[in-house]
Amino acid sequence: MKGVEVTAQRVSRSYGDFKALDDVSIKIKRGEFFSLLGPSGCGKTTLLRIIAGFDYPDSGSVAFDNKDILPLPPEKRQANTVFQTYALFPHLTVYENIAFPLRLRRADKATVEQKVMEYVKLVQLEDHIYKKPSMLSGGQKQRVAIARALINEPAVLLLDEPLSALDAKLRQNLLVELDLIHDKVGITFIYVTHDQSEALSVSDRIAVMNKGKVLQIGTPYEIYEAPATRFVASFIGESNIFPCTVLSCEPQGEEYLLRVEVPQLQGEVYVTDSIAQEVGSSLDFTVRPEKIRISPNFSRSSNATINTFKGIVEEPIYSGFQSKFFIKLEKEPSTLVKVFKQHTVFLEEGPEIQWKDTVYVSWSANDGYLVKDTER
Amino acid sequence: MKRILKPRERERMLGTLYSAPMGLWFTLFFTIPISIIILYSFLKRGLYGGIEWEFSLSAYQQMFNPSFAKVLFRTVWISVVSTLLCLLIALPCGYAMAKSKHQTFLLFLIIIPFWTNSLIRIYAWISILSSEGFLNSLLKNLGLIDQSLSLIYNNQAVIVVLIYMYLPFAILPLFTTIDKFDFALLDAARDLGATKLESIIRIMIPNIKSGVSTAFIFTFIPIFGAYTVPLLVGGKDSTMIGNIIVDQVSKTRNWPLASAFSMVLTLISLVGVFWMLYNGKQEQHQKKNNQQALEQNIKLHYSQRGRK
Repeated sequence: MKGVEVTAQRVSRSYGDFKALDDVSIKIKRGEFFSLLGPSGCGKTTLLRIIAGFDYPDSGSVAFDNKDILPLPPEKRQANTVFQTYALFPHLTVYENIAFPLRLRRADKATVEQKVMEYVKLVQLEDHIYKKPSMLSGGQKQRVAIARALINEPAVLLLDEPLSALDAKLRQNLLVELDLIHDKVGITFIYVTHDQSEALSVSDRIAVMNKGKVLQIGTPYEIYEAPATRFVASFIGESNIFPCTVLSCEPQGEEYLLRVEVPQLQGEVYVTDSIAQEVGSSLDFTVRPEKIRISPNFSRSSNATINTFKGIVEEPIYSGFQSKFFIKLEKEPSTLVKVFKQHTVFLEEGPEIQWKDTVYVSWSANDGYLVKDTER
Repeated sequence: MKRILKPRERERMLGTLYSAPMGLWFTLFFTIPISIIILYSFLKRGLYGGIEWEFSLSAYQQMFNPSFAKVLFRTVWISVVSTLLCLLIALPCGYAMAKSKHQTFLLFLIIIPFWTNSLIRIYAWISILSSEGFLNSLLKNLGLIDQSLSLIYNNQAVIVVLIYMYLPFAILPLFTTIDKFDFALLDAARDLGATKLESIIRIMIPNIKSGVSTAFIFTFIPIFGAYTVPLLVGGKDSTMIGNIIVDQVSKTRNWPLASAFSMVLTLISLVGVFWMLYNGKQEQHQKKNNQQALEQNIKLHYSQRGRK
């Protein structure tokens, strides 16, 4: 497998009083598509710039395959960057932009032509090679930037929010293409983004960052289904998050079944967790809106009485493939529970749940989870 | 019946009206004087200065005197050398200013010398460079030299002072273009394997070409016509065209010859300006061509799609 293993160990970087990176350690596997995900100002771009060589950490180390790269200037590192603003050279044509790294190495004419055309084909820009960057669309510019960054055959490709300037449809297409390119070249990709859907759809693993710290590293599945902190739960996808207090904790097979008191739901909730929690500790209870069942009548199945709450549909939002409901609870009218319902059958009479309907919302203990609020 | 003007026509008339003061100014102080100079250069010289109203090419014939040719040659090389050195110094200055957080302050520092009369600034240089001047006494006190160096009244002194006088005219246009330059491009070049110097030569210089040519013109033209600097800090072999013109007007009183030399100065300056305009036009032209090519490409693309 091509590419290198990238390790950042205890990296910190401050700008004055602002801690851009606070003791960050990440190990990125060889050939992995790894995303750094977080809101703006979380330090993800700073980390990328440190790996590229445009910024230096105050402390900590960065290594490619256990070889320290911090003493090397950017041009000596086996990493190339795709910039957010493309940074194409405006005075050069598409062909010359892509050929630029080869020209620097004084490659002979035949090699240049052969390699440039190879990468032009990879990003499907055959018809545009004699155009100047100012005549290209955003998506085409980004392809040029990708080809230009790949032609040196780096071990690591750094992508700094490469799709953020493009419209949603084009972004989806380029994302798929990027994934295909990753499969073809097989090197390590480090992808910086603030868009959780981008990160979830293409990454092998994701590091969720906030305020200069890495909160969780895991596969898209792990990050979505088992967020480690309140921030991760709220940043990735949509969530219902309520503060709670642990009432009891009993082992159940390999897991634990917990009973927690949720003031905002005016009731108790059963939830399973893989780790035991101390009775009386304050945590956050969270459940994804799509995991909540919504029904107009009280279902009388065996354990339906747990995690079931009665409410009124305050706000139905119909969006074709699904509906979003905000349910005002009967016992606690200030709490709105968010519920998604997929429309899997033909709705002849329109949605079966309407505005102001009385409904029951419920979820199984497996679908809720407890998270810590690390920022409290 | 009152004629109703269309908005377009009204705008055009207003444009003429607004530009009238400028037009009047240029006619009075540019077109008329230069016409007089052109006219004088084709007339016969008067015995005690002035002119006689008789057509003559003798002024232009006199220009081919070898002693004048030497001066013309010297003027060209002094101007070229000082202009190039000006640009070489101004480039890093403009770069540093564009990158600096204290742009306003630095701009201010460049403007301040203009508040002092240029003659006074030249005399300041004389007191620095003269044989008992500041620089010589400093070197003597430091024990680096025993005898005074002859730093003044030669061509080098002329070049040094010319650079000092016209450096701001090179820095300002370079600063404005470098300030607009996207420095991320330099990062990109470094990232792709260029050293710092390579990134500046291959990426920055081609992208600030317009600033470089403006700076060149802004310094070359005034230096080419300079006469106070060679007069005050130059030696007897430092005469430039400007000095000849002054001599011909005030001492030899050969007005047609002075006019003919002025014509040469003006023509060379015009060549510079046209070169700059042509460069700008070419870039625009290229853009237009590219635009057309793009449109054709799009049309082709859609017509092919339609066929499918």
